[in-house]
Amino acid sequence: MSVTYTPRELMVAAAARQIRDGNVAFVGMRLPLLGFAVAKTTHAPHAIGLFENGLIREDPPAGFVVTMGDGPNQRGATSATSLADVMGLLQGGRVDVGFLGGAEVDERGDLNTNIVGKTRLPGSGGASDIAAHAKRCVYIMEHERRRFVPRVHFITSHPRASVTLITTLGIFVLGEGPARAISLHPGVTRATVTAETGFPVVFHKASMTAPPSTAELAAVRHFDPDGFWTR
Amino acid sequence: MNGKLTSMHDAVAALVRDGDRISAACGLEARIPYAAGHEIIRQGRRDLTLVGPISDALYDQLIGAGCARAVEAAWVGNVSTGLGYNYRRAVEEGVPCPLASVDYTNLTVALGLRAAADGVPFAITRSIAGTDFARQTDVFRSIVDPWTGESVMAVKAIPLDVAIVHAQRADENGNAQVLGNLGTTVESVRAAKRCILSVEEIVPAESLTITPNATVIPGFLVDAVVLEPLGAHPAPVPGISERDHAFYAAYSDAARTRDGFAAWRAQWIDGVSDRRAYRERLRMFA
Repeated sequence: MSVTYTPRELMVAAAARQIRDGNVAFVGMRLPLLGFAVAKTTHAPHAIGLFENGLIREDPPAGFVVTMGDGPNQRGATSATSLADVMGLLQGGRVDVGFLGGAEVDERGDLNTNIVGKTRLPGSGGASDIAAHAKRCVYIMEHERRRFVPRVHFITSHPRASVTLITTLGIFVLGEGPARAISLHPGVTRATVTAETGFPVVFHKASMTAPPSTAELAAVRHFDPDGFWTR
Repeated sequence: MNGKLTSMHDAVAALVRDGDRISAACGLEARIPYAAGHEIIRQGRRDLTLVGPISDALYDQLIGAGCARAVEAAWVGNVSTGLGYNYRRAVEEGVPCPLASVDYTNLTVALGLRAAADGVPFAITRSIAGTDFARQTDVFRSIVDPWTGESVMAVKAIPLDVAIVHAQRADENGNAQVLGNLGTTVESVRAAKRCILSVEEIVPAESLTITPNATVIPGFLVDAVVLEPLGAHPAPVPGISERDHAFYAAYSDAARTRDGFAAWRAQWIDGVSDRRAYRERLRMFA
Protein backbone atom coordinates (compact mmCIF):
# COMPACT_ATOMS: atom_id res chain seq x y z
CA MET A 1 0.00 0.00 0.00
CA SER A 2 1.45 3.35 -0.94
CA VAL A 3 0.66 6.34 1.22
CA THR A 4 0.59 9.69 -0.52
CA TYR A 5 2.11 12.73 1.12
CA THR A 6 3.34 16.17 0.13
CA PRO A 7 7.02 17.21 0.02
CA ARG A 8 6.46 19.46 3.02
CA GLU A 9 4.85 16.66 5.01
CA LEU A 10 8.02 14.65 4.41
CA MET A 11 10.17 17.62 5.49
CA VAL A 12 8.19 18.01 8.72
CA ALA A 13 8.52 14.29 9.47
CA ALA A 14 12.27 14.49 8.78
CA ALA A 15 12.56 17.52 11.07
CA ALA A 16 10.65 15.74 13.82
CA ARG A 17 13.07 12.79 13.62
CA GLN A 18 15.93 15.15 14.47
CA ILE A 19 14.45 15.61 17.96
CA ARG A 20 15.56 12.69 20.13
CA ASP A 21 13.45 11.66 23.09
CA GLY A 22 14.37 13.77 26.12
CA ASN A 23 16.03 16.48 24.01
CA VAL A 24 15.65 20.13 24.82
CA ALA A 25 14.67 21.60 21.45
CA PHE A 26 14.73 25.26 20.46
CA VAL A 27 11.76 25.61 18.13
CA GLY A 28 11.84 28.41 15.55
CA MET A 29 9.11 30.01 13.47
CA ARG A 30 7.04 28.18 10.83
CA LEU A 31 7.66 24.48 9.93
CA PRO A 32 9.66 23.68 13.11
CA LEU A 33 6.55 24.52 15.17
CA LEU A 34 4.91 21.58 13.43
CA GLY A 35 8.02 19.37 13.65
CA PHE A 36 8.11 19.74 17.44
CA ALA A 37 4.42 18.84 17.74
CA VAL A 38 4.93 15.75 15.54
CA ALA A 39 8.03 14.60 17.48
CA LYS A 40 6.20 14.99 20.80
CA THR A 41 3.28 12.82 19.66
CA THR A 42 5.38 10.13 17.97
CA HIS A 43 8.89 9.11 19.08
CA ALA A 44 9.93 11.88 21.50
CA PRO A 45 7.25 12.19 24.22
CA HIS A 46 9.80 13.53 26.73
CA ALA A 47 11.23 16.29 24.54
CA ILE A 48 11.00 19.84 25.86
CA GLY A 49 10.35 22.81 23.60
CA LEU A 50 11.79 26.27 24.16
CA PHE A 51 10.26 29.16 22.20
CA GLU A 52 12.01 32.50 21.73
CA ASN A 53 8.96 34.51 22.79
CA GLY A 54 9.45 33.11 26.31
CA LEU A 55 7.45 29.88 26.39
CA ILE A 56 8.60 26.47 27.61
CA ARG A 57 6.43 23.46 26.75
CA GLU A 58 6.45 19.83 27.81
CA ASP A 59 3.24 19.08 25.91
CA PRO A 60 2.57 19.53 22.22
CA PRO A 61 0.44 22.59 21.41
CA ALA A 62 -3.29 22.23 21.98
CA GLY A 63 -3.99 22.41 18.22
CA PHE A 64 -3.06 24.18 14.97
CA VAL A 65 -0.71 27.13 15.39
CA VAL A 66 0.51 29.72 12.91
CA THR A 67 2.80 31.56 15.35
CA MET A 68 4.38 30.52 18.62
CA GLY A 69 2.30 33.23 20.33
CA ASP A 70 -1.03 31.64 19.34
CA GLY A 71 -3.47 30.46 22.01
CA PRO A 72 -2.86 26.72 21.48
CA ASN A 73 0.88 27.25 22.11
CA GLN A 74 0.27 29.46 25.18
CA ARG A 75 -2.35 27.26 26.84
CA GLY A 76 -0.84 24.39 28.75
CA ALA A 77 2.66 25.85 28.65
CA THR A 78 4.96 24.59 31.39
CA SER A 79 6.36 28.07 31.92
CA ALA A 80 5.81 31.49 30.43
CA THR A 81 8.77 33.78 30.87
CA SER A 82 10.78 36.30 28.86
CA LEU A 83 12.75 36.18 25.62
CA ALA A 84 15.99 36.86 27.50
CA ASP A 85 15.27 34.09 30.01
CA VAL A 86 14.68 31.44 27.35
CA MET A 87 17.48 32.63 25.07
CA GLY A 88 19.69 32.79 28.15
CA LEU A 89 19.07 29.06 28.60
CA LEU A 90 20.09 28.67 24.95
CA GLN A 91 23.25 30.73 25.34
CA GLY A 92 23.99 28.90 28.60
CA GLY A 93 24.31 25.62 26.70
CA ARG A 94 21.03 23.94 27.69
CA VAL A 95 19.71 23.31 24.18
CA ASP A 96 20.39 20.00 22.40
CA VAL A 97 18.89 20.83 19.03
CA GLY A 98 17.79 24.08 17.41
CA PHE A 99 15.75 24.66 14.24
CA LEU A 100 16.03 27.50 11.79
CA GLY A 101 15.56 28.43 8.16
CA GLY A 102 16.76 31.10 5.78
CA ALA A 103 16.79 32.52 2.28
CA GLU A 104 20.36 31.50 1.41
CA VAL A 105 22.77 28.85 2.67
CA ASP A 106 26.36 28.00 1.72
CA GLU A 107 28.52 24.90 2.09
CA ARG A 108 30.07 26.15 5.34
CA GLY A 109 26.59 26.14 6.84
CA ASP A 110 26.29 29.91 7.06
CA LEU A 111 22.76 31.17 6.58
CA ASN A 112 21.36 34.49 5.35
CA THR A 113 17.97 35.90 6.33
CA ASN A 114 18.84 39.60 6.16
CA ILE A 115 19.51 40.88 2.67
CA VAL A 116 20.17 39.47 -0.81
CA GLY A 117 21.50 42.10 -3.20
CA LYS A 118 18.91 44.86 -3.01
CA THR A 119 16.17 42.62 -1.64
CA ARG A 120 15.38 43.28 1.99
CA LEU A 121 14.37 40.16 3.95
CA PRO A 122 12.73 40.15 7.41
CA GLY A 123 15.94 39.49 9.39
CA SER A 124 17.31 37.06 11.95
CA GLY A 125 14.62 36.81 14.56
CA GLY A 126 16.23 34.22 16.81
CA ALA A 127 18.03 32.35 14.02
CA SER A 128 21.46 33.83 14.61
CA ASP A 129 21.30 33.10 18.33
CA ILE A 130 20.07 29.54 17.78
CA ALA A 131 22.93 28.75 15.38
CA ALA A 132 25.46 30.26 17.79
CA HIS A 133 24.43 28.23 20.82
CA ALA A 134 22.49 25.03 20.06
CA LYS A 135 24.60 21.87 20.33
CA ARG A 136 23.10 20.66 17.04
CA CYS A 137 21.42 22.74 14.34
CA VAL A 138 18.81 21.66 11.84
CA TYR A 139 17.98 23.89 8.88
CA ILE A 140 14.76 23.53 6.88
CA MET A 141 14.79 25.11 3.40
CA GLU A 142 13.40 25.02 -0.11
CA HIS A 143 16.11 23.50 -2.32
CA GLU A 144 16.73 25.98 -5.15
CA ARG A 145 19.98 26.94 -6.84
CA ARG A 146 19.48 30.65 -6.11
CA ARG A 147 19.33 29.80 -2.39
CA PHE A 148 22.19 27.25 -2.30
CA VAL A 149 25.11 29.52 -3.04
CA PRO A 150 28.92 29.28 -2.72
CA ARG A 151 28.95 32.14 -0.20
CA VAL A 152 25.92 33.82 1.34
CA HIS A 153 25.54 37.57 0.76
CA PHE A 154 25.21 38.27 4.49
CA ILE A 155 26.04 35.92 7.37
CA THR A 156 23.01 36.03 9.66
CA SER A 157 23.66 32.67 11.32
CA HIS A 158 27.08 31.11 11.81
CA PRO A 159 26.65 27.65 13.38
CA ARG A 160 28.95 26.50 16.13
CA ALA A 161 28.86 22.87 14.92
CA SER A 162 28.00 20.96 11.76
CA VAL A 163 24.48 21.33 10.45
CA THR A 164 21.79 18.92 9.28
CA LEU A 165 20.02 20.51 6.33
CA ILE A 166 16.55 19.24 5.41
CA THR A 167 15.39 20.42 2.00
CA THR A 168 12.64 19.73 -0.49
CA LEU A 169 15.07 17.29 -2.19
CA GLY A 170 16.98 15.54 0.58
CA ILE A 171 18.91 15.64 3.83
CA PHE A 172 22.49 16.91 3.90
CA VAL A 173 25.36 17.64 6.28
CA LEU A 174 27.12 21.01 6.04
CA GLY A 175 30.22 22.30 7.75
CA GLU A 176 32.31 19.11 7.64
CA GLY A 177 34.21 19.81 4.44
CA PRO A 178 32.19 19.49 1.24
CA ALA A 179 28.41 19.22 1.57
CA ARG A 180 27.40 15.59 1.94
CA ALA A 181 24.07 14.00 1.08
CA ILE A 182 22.76 11.70 3.82
CA SER A 183 19.62 10.78 1.92
CA LEU A 184 17.61 11.90 -1.07
CA HIS A 185 13.83 11.98 -0.88
CA PRO A 186 11.96 9.28 -2.82
CA GLY A 187 12.06 10.00 -6.57
CA VAL A 188 14.81 12.64 -6.34
CA THR A 189 17.90 12.05 -8.50
CA ARG A 190 21.48 13.10 -7.88
CA ALA A 191 21.33 15.09 -11.11
CA THR A 192 18.42 17.15 -9.77
CA VAL A 193 20.30 17.89 -6.54
CA THR A 194 23.45 18.86 -8.43
CA ALA A 195 21.48 21.13 -10.74
CA GLU A 196 19.75 22.89 -7.83
CA THR A 197 22.88 23.34 -5.67
CA GLY A 198 25.43 26.10 -6.22
CA PHE A 199 28.24 24.18 -4.49
CA PRO A 200 29.59 20.63 -4.82
CA VAL A 201 27.71 17.81 -3.06
CA VAL A 202 29.23 14.42 -2.18
CA PHE A 203 26.77 11.54 -2.60
CA HIS A 204 28.90 8.65 -1.29
CA LYS A 205 26.67 6.29 0.76
CA ALA A 206 23.58 8.50 0.35
CA SER A 207 20.40 6.52 1.00
CA MET A 208 16.71 7.26 0.44
CA THR A 209 14.81 9.31 3.02
CA ALA A 210 12.21 7.13 4.71
CA PRO A 211 8.72 8.31 3.73
CA PRO A 212 6.55 9.59 6.58
CA SER A 213 5.11 6.74 8.63
CA THR A 214 1.39 6.41 9.16
CA ALA A 215 1.81 7.78 12.69
CA GLU A 216 3.92 10.72 11.51
CA LEU A 217 1.44 11.62 8.78
CA ALA A 218 -1.47 11.38 11.21
CA ALA A 219 0.36 13.73 13.58
CA VAL A 220 1.23 16.22 10.82
CA ARG A 221 -2.40 16.31 9.68
CA HIS A 222 -3.70 16.57 13.24
CA PHE A 223 -1.64 19.71 13.87
CA ASP A 224 -2.07 21.13 10.35
CA PRO A 225 -5.61 19.99 9.49
CA ASP A 226 -6.12 22.37 6.55
CA GLY A 227 -2.60 22.02 5.17
CA PHE A 228 -1.65 25.65 5.89
CA TRP A 229 2.00 24.65 6.32
CA THR A 230 2.24 21.39 4.39
CA ARG A 231 0.08 21.52 1.25
CA MET B 1 -3.01 64.33 32.69
CA ASN B 2 -5.17 64.17 35.76
CA GLY B 3 -4.78 60.55 36.91
CA LYS B 4 -3.47 57.90 34.54
CA LEU B 5 -6.74 56.58 33.08
CA THR B 6 -7.21 58.24 29.72
CA SER B 7 -8.18 57.71 26.08
CA MET B 8 -5.71 56.41 23.50
CA HIS B 9 -6.03 59.70 21.62
CA ASP B 10 -4.94 61.70 24.65
CA ALA B 11 -2.24 59.23 25.69
CA VAL B 12 -0.56 59.36 22.27
CA ALA B 13 -1.04 63.13 21.99
CA ALA B 14 0.66 63.68 25.34
CA LEU B 15 3.38 61.04 25.33
CA VAL B 16 4.55 60.24 21.77
CA ARG B 17 6.54 62.97 20.00
CA ASP B 18 8.06 63.26 16.56
CA GLY B 19 11.55 61.73 16.54
CA ASP B 20 10.92 59.47 19.56
CA ARG B 21 12.45 56.03 19.98
CA ILE B 22 9.52 53.72 20.70
CA SER B 23 8.99 50.03 21.24
CA ALA B 24 5.62 48.44 20.44
CA ALA B 25 7.08 44.98 19.91
CA CYS B 26 7.38 43.40 23.33
CA GLY B 27 5.26 40.29 22.76
CA LEU B 28 6.76 39.28 19.37
CA GLU B 29 3.44 37.90 18.10
CA ALA B 30 1.20 38.16 21.18
CA ARG B 31 -0.25 41.36 22.72
CA ILE B 32 0.94 43.64 19.91
CA PRO B 33 -0.45 47.12 20.72
CA TYR B 34 -2.18 47.79 17.41
CA ALA B 35 -4.68 50.26 18.92
CA ALA B 36 -1.82 52.53 20.02
CA GLY B 37 0.04 52.06 16.73
CA HIS B 38 -3.03 53.03 14.71
CA GLU B 39 -3.56 56.13 16.85
CA ILE B 40 0.08 57.13 16.19
CA ILE B 41 -0.64 56.81 12.45
CA ARG B 42 -3.86 58.86 12.74
CA GLN B 43 -2.01 61.62 14.59
CA GLY B 44 0.69 61.65 11.91
CA ARG B 45 3.81 61.19 14.05
CA ARG B 46 7.02 61.37 12.03
CA ASP B 47 10.67 60.31 12.26
CA LEU B 48 10.10 57.62 14.88
CA THR B 49 12.71 54.94 15.54
CA LEU B 50 10.92 51.60 15.94
CA VAL B 51 12.71 49.24 18.31
CA GLY B 52 12.16 45.45 18.15
CA PRO B 53 12.57 42.49 18.58
CA ILE B 54 9.41 41.65 16.56
CA SER B 55 6.03 43.40 16.30
CA ASP B 56 4.36 40.97 13.88
CA ALA B 57 2.89 43.32 11.22
CA LEU B 58 2.53 46.56 13.24
CA TYR B 59 5.93 47.98 12.28
CA ASP B 60 5.17 47.27 8.62
CA GLN B 61 2.05 49.45 9.04
CA LEU B 62 3.85 52.30 10.83
CA ILE B 63 6.56 52.23 8.14
CA GLY B 64 3.98 52.22 5.33
CA ALA B 65 2.24 55.21 6.94
CA GLY B 66 5.47 57.20 6.87
CA CYS B 67 5.82 57.43 10.66
CA ALA B 68 9.34 55.97 10.91
CA ARG B 69 12.82 56.96 9.82
CA ALA B 70 14.63 53.99 11.40
CA VAL B 71 13.98 50.51 12.66
CA GLU B 72 16.19 48.68 15.16
CA ALA B 73 14.83 45.15 15.26
CA ALA B 74 15.51 41.46 14.84
CA TRP B 75 12.71 40.76 12.36
CA VAL B 76 10.29 42.96 10.42
CA GLY B 77 7.52 41.46 8.31
CA ASN B 78 4.22 39.67 8.73
CA VAL B 79 4.80 36.49 10.73
CA SER B 80 2.21 34.25 9.06
CA THR B 81 3.01 35.30 5.49
CA GLY B 82 6.69 36.28 5.74
CA LEU B 83 7.64 39.45 3.93
CA GLY B 84 6.68 42.94 5.04
CA TYR B 85 5.90 44.79 1.83
CA ASN B 86 5.95 48.30 3.30
CA TYR B 87 9.26 47.53 5.00
CA ARG B 88 10.73 46.36 1.70
CA ARG B 89 9.48 49.40 -0.21
CA ALA B 90 10.92 51.73 2.42
CA VAL B 91 14.36 50.09 2.56
CA GLU B 92 14.67 49.26 -1.14
CA GLU B 93 12.98 52.28 -2.76
CA GLY B 94 12.66 54.94 -0.05
CA VAL B 95 8.84 54.75 -0.32
CA PRO B 96 6.99 56.46 1.37
CA CYS B 97 10.22 57.74 2.98
CA PRO B 98 13.76 56.42 3.43
CA LEU B 99 14.23 54.02 6.32
CA ALA B 100 17.47 53.13 8.08
CA SER B 101 17.54 49.55 9.33
CA VAL B 102 19.83 48.48 12.16
CA ASP B 103 19.75 44.69 12.31
CA TYR B 104 19.77 42.85 15.61
CA THR B 105 19.05 39.30 16.69
CA ASN B 106 16.32 38.52 19.21
CA LEU B 107 18.74 37.97 22.07
CA THR B 108 20.85 41.03 21.33
CA VAL B 109 17.79 43.32 21.26
CA ALA B 110 16.64 41.96 24.61
CA LEU B 111 20.12 42.37 26.10
CA GLY B 112 20.47 45.94 24.79
CA LEU B 113 17.09 46.87 26.30
CA ARG B 114 18.11 45.21 29.57
CA ALA B 115 21.34 47.24 29.67
CA ALA B 116 19.38 50.47 29.18
CA ALA B 117 16.91 49.37 31.85
CA ASP B 118 19.77 48.72 34.26
CA GLY B 119 21.53 52.01 33.50
CA VAL B 120 24.72 50.40 32.19
CA PRO B 121 26.37 51.23 28.84
CA PHE B 122 26.34 47.78 27.27
CA ALA B 123 25.51 44.11 27.70
CA ILE B 124 27.70 41.16 26.74
CA THR B 125 26.89 38.07 24.72
CA ARG B 126 28.42 35.16 22.84
CA SER B 127 25.88 35.59 20.02
CA ILE B 128 26.79 36.95 16.54
CA ALA B 129 30.44 35.79 16.58
CA GLY B 130 31.38 34.92 12.99
CA THR B 131 28.37 36.76 11.51
CA ASP B 132 28.13 40.01 9.54
CA PHE B 133 26.04 41.96 12.09
CA ALA B 134 28.99 43.81 13.62
CA ARG B 135 30.27 44.81 10.14
CA GLN B 136 27.03 46.59 9.34
CA THR B 137 26.56 48.70 12.45
CA ASP B 138 28.44 50.18 15.37
CA VAL B 139 26.07 48.87 18.06
CA PHE B 140 28.13 45.67 18.43
CA ARG B 141 31.80 45.72 19.34
CA SER B 142 34.13 42.91 20.25
CA ILE B 143 35.67 43.40 23.69
CA VAL B 144 38.04 41.42 25.88
CA ASP B 145 36.96 39.55 28.98
CA PRO B 146 39.18 41.18 31.64
CA TRP B 147 39.57 37.88 33.51
CA THR B 148 40.31 35.43 30.70
CA GLY B 149 41.38 37.61 27.79
CA GLU B 150 38.76 35.93 25.58
CA SER B 151 36.77 37.95 23.06
CA VAL B 152 33.11 38.58 23.81
CA MET B 153 30.60 40.80 22.02
CA ALA B 154 29.35 44.00 23.61
CA VAL B 155 25.82 45.15 22.73
CA LYS B 156 25.30 48.88 23.20
CA ALA B 157 22.42 49.80 25.52
CA ILE B 158 19.14 50.48 23.66
CA PRO B 159 17.31 53.34 25.41
CA LEU B 160 13.69 54.16 24.60
CA ASP B 161 11.57 57.26 24.87
CA VAL B 162 8.28 55.36 24.97
CA ALA B 163 7.36 51.74 25.65
CA ILE B 164 3.90 50.76 24.48
CA VAL B 165 2.46 47.58 25.97
CA HIS B 166 -0.89 45.81 25.77
CA ALA B 167 -1.67 43.67 28.84
CA GLN B 168 -4.59 41.63 30.08
CA ARG B 169 -5.28 43.65 33.22
CA ALA B 170 -4.10 46.48 35.40
CA ASP B 171 -5.34 48.73 38.15
CA GLU B 172 -5.93 52.46 37.61
CA ASN B 173 -2.33 53.21 38.53
CA GLY B 174 -0.93 50.94 35.82
CA ASN B 175 0.19 48.02 37.98
CA ALA B 176 -0.18 45.43 35.26
CA GLN B 177 -0.35 41.66 35.02
CA VAL B 178 0.64 39.85 31.85
CA LEU B 179 -0.39 36.28 31.11
CA GLY B 180 1.52 34.14 28.65
CA ASN B 181 4.90 34.84 27.10
CA LEU B 182 6.54 38.08 28.23
CA GLY B 183 8.94 38.61 25.32
CA THR B 184 10.76 41.86 26.12
CA THR B 185 7.92 43.48 28.10
CA VAL B 186 9.80 43.92 31.36
CA GLU B 187 13.05 45.25 29.85
CA SER B 188 11.26 47.62 27.47
CA VAL B 189 9.14 49.32 30.13
CA ARG B 190 12.22 49.79 32.30
CA ALA B 191 14.34 51.05 29.38
CA ALA B 192 11.80 53.76 28.53
CA LYS B 193 11.30 57.28 29.85
CA ARG B 194 7.54 57.01 29.34
CA CYS B 195 5.06 54.14 29.11
CA ILE B 196 1.60 53.81 27.55
CA LEU B 197 -0.29 50.77 28.78
CA SER B 198 -3.47 49.51 27.14
CA VAL B 199 -5.44 46.76 28.86
CA GLU B 200 -8.38 44.46 28.33
CA GLU B 201 -9.65 45.08 31.85
CA ILE B 202 -9.22 47.54 34.74
CA VAL B 203 -9.36 45.75 38.08
CA PRO B 204 -9.15 46.85 41.73
CA ALA B 205 -5.60 47.03 43.09
CA GLU B 206 -6.37 44.46 45.78
CA SER B 207 -7.19 41.82 43.17
CA LEU B 208 -3.61 42.11 41.84
CA THR B 209 -1.74 42.03 45.13
CA ILE B 210 -2.99 38.48 45.80
CA THR B 211 -0.59 37.29 43.06
CA PRO B 212 2.15 39.93 42.93
CA ASN B 213 4.52 37.66 40.96
CA ALA B 214 2.27 38.14 37.93
CA THR B 215 2.49 41.95 38.21
CA VAL B 216 5.44 42.33 35.84
CA ILE B 217 4.89 46.08 35.30
CA PRO B 218 4.83 48.22 38.44
CA GLY B 219 2.52 51.20 38.02
CA PHE B 220 5.10 53.82 38.96
CA LEU B 221 6.73 53.23 35.55
CA VAL B 222 3.44 53.80 33.68
CA ASP B 223 2.22 57.23 32.53
CA ALA B 224 -1.08 56.42 30.81
CA VAL B 225 -3.56 53.57 31.29
CA VAL B 226 -6.06 53.04 28.47
CA LEU B 227 -8.95 50.62 28.76
CA GLU B 228 -8.92 49.18 25.25
CA PRO B 229 -10.66 45.81 24.77
CA LEU B 230 -9.36 44.06 21.60
CA GLY B 231 -6.56 46.64 21.62
CA ALA B 232 -4.17 44.05 20.23
CA HIS B 233 -6.42 42.67 17.47
CA PRO B 234 -5.45 40.79 15.25
CA ALA B 235 -2.68 39.61 17.61
CA PRO B 236 -3.55 36.95 20.19
CA VAL B 237 -4.02 37.93 23.84
CA PRO B 238 -3.54 34.84 26.01
CA GLY B 239 -6.61 33.99 28.02
CA ILE B 240 -8.70 36.60 26.15
CA SER B 241 -8.68 36.24 22.37
CA GLU B 242 -7.15 34.19 19.55
CA ARG B 243 -4.97 35.39 16.68
CA ASP B 244 -7.11 36.49 13.70
CA HIS B 245 -5.20 34.66 10.96
CA ALA B 246 -7.57 35.72 8.18
CA PHE B 247 -7.16 39.39 9.09
CA TYR B 248 -3.37 39.08 8.88
CA ALA B 249 -3.64 37.31 5.52
CA ALA B 250 -5.93 40.04 4.17
CA TYR B 251 -3.51 42.72 5.37
CA SER B 252 -0.62 40.95 3.66
CA ASP B 253 -2.51 40.76 0.36
CA ALA B 254 -3.51 44.43 0.57
CA ALA B 255 -0.02 45.65 1.45
CA ARG B 256 1.57 44.13 -1.69
CA THR B 257 1.01 47.46 -3.43
CA ARG B 258 1.06 51.07 -2.20
CA ASP B 259 -2.51 51.53 -3.41
CA GLY B 260 -3.61 48.37 -1.64
CA PHE B 261 -2.03 49.55 1.59
CA ALA B 262 -3.65 52.98 1.20
CA ALA B 263 -7.07 51.36 0.81
CA TRP B 264 -6.46 49.09 3.82
CA ARG B 265 -5.34 52.06 5.89
CA ALA B 266 -8.37 54.11 4.83
CA GLN B 267 -10.64 51.31 5.99
CA TRP B 268 -9.03 50.18 9.24
CA ILE B 269 -7.06 53.19 10.50
CA ASP B 270 -8.17 56.54 9.06
CA GLY B 271 -11.74 55.34 8.50
CA VAL B 272 -12.29 54.75 12.21
CA SER B 273 -12.00 57.50 14.81
CA ASP B 274 -10.93 55.22 17.64
CA ARG B 275 -10.83 51.59 18.76
CA ARG B 276 -14.53 51.54 19.56
CA ALA B 277 -15.27 52.32 15.91
CA TYR B 278 -12.72 49.69 14.86
CA ARG B 279 -14.48 47.08 16.98
CA GLU B 280 -17.81 48.02 15.40
CA ARG B 281 -16.31 47.70 11.92
CA LEU B 282 -14.89 44.30 12.86
CA ARG B 283 -18.34 43.15 13.94
CA MET B 284 -19.80 44.31 10.61
CA PHE B 285 -17.30 42.13 8.74
CA ALA B 286 -17.61 39.12 11.08
